[in-house]
Amino acid sequence: MATAFDIVLCLLLLAVASAAVFGRQGFVAIVFFITYGLLLALAWLRLDAVDVALAEAAIGAGLTGILLLVARAQLRALEPKHAASPSVALRLLGVVSAAAVATGLSLAILSIPPSEGLYRTVMDQLPSAGSDNPVTAVLLNFRGWDTLLETLVLLSALLGVWTLARDEDWPGRAGRAHQTLSEGVLAQFGRVLPPVALVIGVYLVWVGGHQPGGAFQGGTVLAAAWIVVVMAGLLPAPHVDDRGLRASLLAGPMLFVGLAAAGLLADSFLYYPPASAKYLILGLEAALAIAIASTLALLVFGTPEHRD
Amino acid sequence: MPVWMPYAFCAAGLIGLGLYGLITDPRLLGRILAFNVVGSGIFLLFGALARRGSVDYADPVPQAMIITGIVVAISATALALGLTVAHARAGGGESLPDDDPAEDRPRGSGE
Repeated sequence: MATAFDIVLCLLLLAVASAAVFGRQGFVAIVFFITYGLLLALAWLRLDAVDVALAEAAIGAGLTGILLLVARAQLRALEPKHAASPSVALRLLGVVSAAAVATGLSLAILSIPPSEGLYRTVMDQLPSAGSDNPVTAVLLNFRGWDTLLETLVLLSALLGVWTLARDEDWPGRAGRAHQTLSEGVLAQFGRVLPPVALVIGVYLVWVGGHQPGGAFQGGTVLAAAWIVVVMAGLLPAPHVDDRGLRASLLAGPMLFVGLAAAGLLADSFLYYPPASAKYLILGLEAALAIAIASTLALLVFGTPEHRD
Repeated sequence: MPVWMPYAFCAAGLIGLGLYGLITDPRLLGRILAFNVVGSGIFLLFGALARRGSVDYADPVPQAMIITGIVVAISATALALGLTVAHARAGGGESLPDDDPAEDRPRGSGE
């Protein structure tokens, strides 16, 4: 049954999302957006979706928030001319379409017939999947196609961001040089946080085999550790043509494609023999976590802005 | 009222809110933020509706699809933000020229 907590959380979510959408001050809107992501992670916990809660907190709130903050800082430095306020007609169009969509969805929620979902089907097949965590089993085995294409989408996004670099800056270090006060909060934070984040990140990847966690959540925590170290100025950002870096970006997708193709010899594309599925998934998770961590971190560092 | 129900209605409201921002916000950064609110609202609606069954556990298939969705959303967001910064660096300001045709026409910047 829904408790008062659920109702209050839903109202809070709507209020914080409104503050993020209507906030004309860019910085405040982004801070509200990060808060919104963390509250949303709480909502996922209430819906018993712990894996999604971890992904939302790490990727949806954390990394998206950093991306928005970095982009805002870059835009401010460029001092672009300000955009005109929307016209009354446009606002009216916005209100009408938003209200129509929200009302239509609410009516659909009230009229949708009950469904049992696929929980039992997944549980019946779980012993042959190679993972005791049903979500990991779906991600890497039952619906491996989705995840394979997703890793390629992530890689394409990075290629897209890199193509925006100016010719004279390529190949430089990713992003711009970060300078911080050596005794400042960020520099201190940059020394304390990474060791803890490394342990949590590796733990999340490992534990994904039988409990909530996995390559995406763990990889994101590892990416966050690297981002903090670079933003605190303790380590320079990597060169975009570094061979080790390129290898770590490609390790996950290449292993995934290779395993999927090897399945073709045994049975079909993306087939894992049940006897060795556990080890294949464990290896795949490790390679994917490295690829996801480096791709996400490089997406946050952005295009090279100077050549050294 | 079952647990999933307030979250499903909340998700409908979030999608509406984000859509309003997507339509009315002239700043590209604001639109990308609103796009993320729409996206997370759709995920929440999907996840809440997946809890309707009589089983007392969350269905793993929607969960896996939502995690995939979150990663695809951040990929799209990163690329969109990169394009926004590149657009501003090229002198385009913080909004698209279509938003304000009267101001951009005299400059005659061809596509």
